[in-house]
Amino acid sequence: MPLSRPTRSVLVAFAVGAVSLSPAQADEFSQEDLKRWEGQFMDVVKQGRELWTKALGANGVSCAQCHPNAANTHPETYPKFQKQLGKVALVADMINWCIRNPAEGQPMALDDPRMVAIQAYINYERRGVPMAPGKH
Amino acid sequence: MSARISRREFLKGAGALAAIGSLPISLVELAFADSAENFTFAHISDSHIQHIKGTEFVRNWDRGLIRAVAEANLLTPKPDFIVYGGDLAQLGSKPELDHGAEIMAALSGKVHYVMGEHDYYLDLGKYWEQLFGPQYYSFDHKGVHFVVLNSILTYDDWTHNRWPTPEQRMLEMAGLDNPNGSPFMVGEKQRQWLKEDLQKIDKDTPLVVFSHSPIQKIYKGWNFWTEDAEQVQALLKPFKKVTVIYGHVHQIQYNQIGNISFHAVMGTAWPWPYPSTYAQVEQHLPKLTVPMNRADPFFERDATGWQFINVATGNVDLRYNLYNNTNRAVSFNSKSGRPEDTLYQPAENRIPPQVHF
Ligand SMILES: [Fe+2]
Ligand SMILES: [Fe+2]
Repeated sequence: MPLSRPTRSVLVAFAVGAVSLSPAQADEFSQEDLKRWEGQFMDVVKQGRELWTKALGANGVSCAQCHPNAANTHPETYPKFQKQLGKVALVADMINWCIRNPAEGQPMALDDPRMVAIQAYINYERRGVPMAPGKH
Repeated sequence: MSARISRREFLKGAGALAAIGSLPISLVELAFADSAENFTFAHISDSHIQHIKGTEFVRNWDRGLIRAVAEANLLTPKPDFIVYGGDLAQLGSKPELDHGAEIMAALSGKVHYVMGEHDYYLDLGKYWEQLFGPQYYSFDHKGVHFVVLNSILTYDDWTHNRWPTPEQRMLEMAGLDNPNGSPFMVGEKQRQWLKEDLQKIDKDTPLVVFSHSPIQKIYKGWNFWTEDAEQVQALLKPFKKVTVIYGHVHQIQYNQIGNISFHAVMGTAWPWPYPSTYAQVEQHLPKLTVPMNRADPFFERDATGWQFINVATGNVDLRYNLYNNTNRAVSFNSKSGRPEDTLYQPAENRIPPQVHF
């Protein structure tokens, strides 16, 4: 498993005294890094798309049945005031609402890898749209 | 013109459904000069009855169809007939079609069925035909010629050679945004039949065509599309008054192309987004269309509904009976020669929920 960037920076700092040929600094990354990070992100988008077209609850209903290409999910507008919840809500709150109600399933923890994947997918389908927090 | 039904009145009526003999829907009877020629029909579509297992079905979709049937039964005056616009089932299975047919059996009056892709791609319409009759046909009623098309056919190679099982073929076509799908079409055989059917009809006879897919090209990615739309339109061109009424899109759409008025109908199951809201494609609605309100997901039945249609003038006036929403009416305006929303057509009359993004 590749090290995260901060961990690698610490290792580099320790090694600086001993090794004169220094590897990349904390603020440097290469084309290969970019490619690898994008690949990791797109893998998660792909997992999100798979979850989107599968039943997440008990009745076989999938997200894609009402939201082809994740349309009408408006991730760029969250957090926003949701009058039916009486508070400012996250897009994850709305995803869980849909899992519980139309899909008749159990809500996910906010850091559930499936929740991360679903958000990666809907944001990816919405790429290029300006951020509009709070918009209705 | 007709009185608008406020949401409150409508809900009051719907809530008292079991107790009273008629809904305020009777208010929508439209007055025309020659009332003897008036007739109406109801249009219900896209219920997507979805089997879970055993005798269990998705409750939400069941409720949509049950409500449409109950309300249509209370129409005053009674509609001359009912059209079902396709996608009765979700995956075309026997339990789904049987369950859907059972709910529909509570409707009083003759029903004319249209084939949807969700009804078709498991067994290519075999069981559906047993229940509901031929996949395309025509009939005449009070001086209007009606045609029912199966517009959700596609290329033979996709249908017959591409998929290892009928179940997989059905699943691939059922995903609206699935890139493995294939464009809908009426096909040459049926177009030949249509040509011959229309040859016998006087060109002054009002013509109403029912299809599941739009017989116009809106967005190919979601099959809001018919591959041979232009060829079908060409066959309709010699007629003075032509209306095409289609399902599939689960949303309000209307358009005028030459002599042909187009109207889409709502689903009873769920609404679909407008293709223009998919940020990765350049896609516009017919300019004429004032969109339906954006759906409030906290109301299970919001942005679903069914239609009540008046054909007194030979063109149609289409009333959307919307659940949890103000009803809408789109009528043919004989002055402008196109369908228009009776309330929201002028830009200054539109309301914030009709803005989709
Ligand atoms: Fe449908
Ligand atoms: Fe459909």
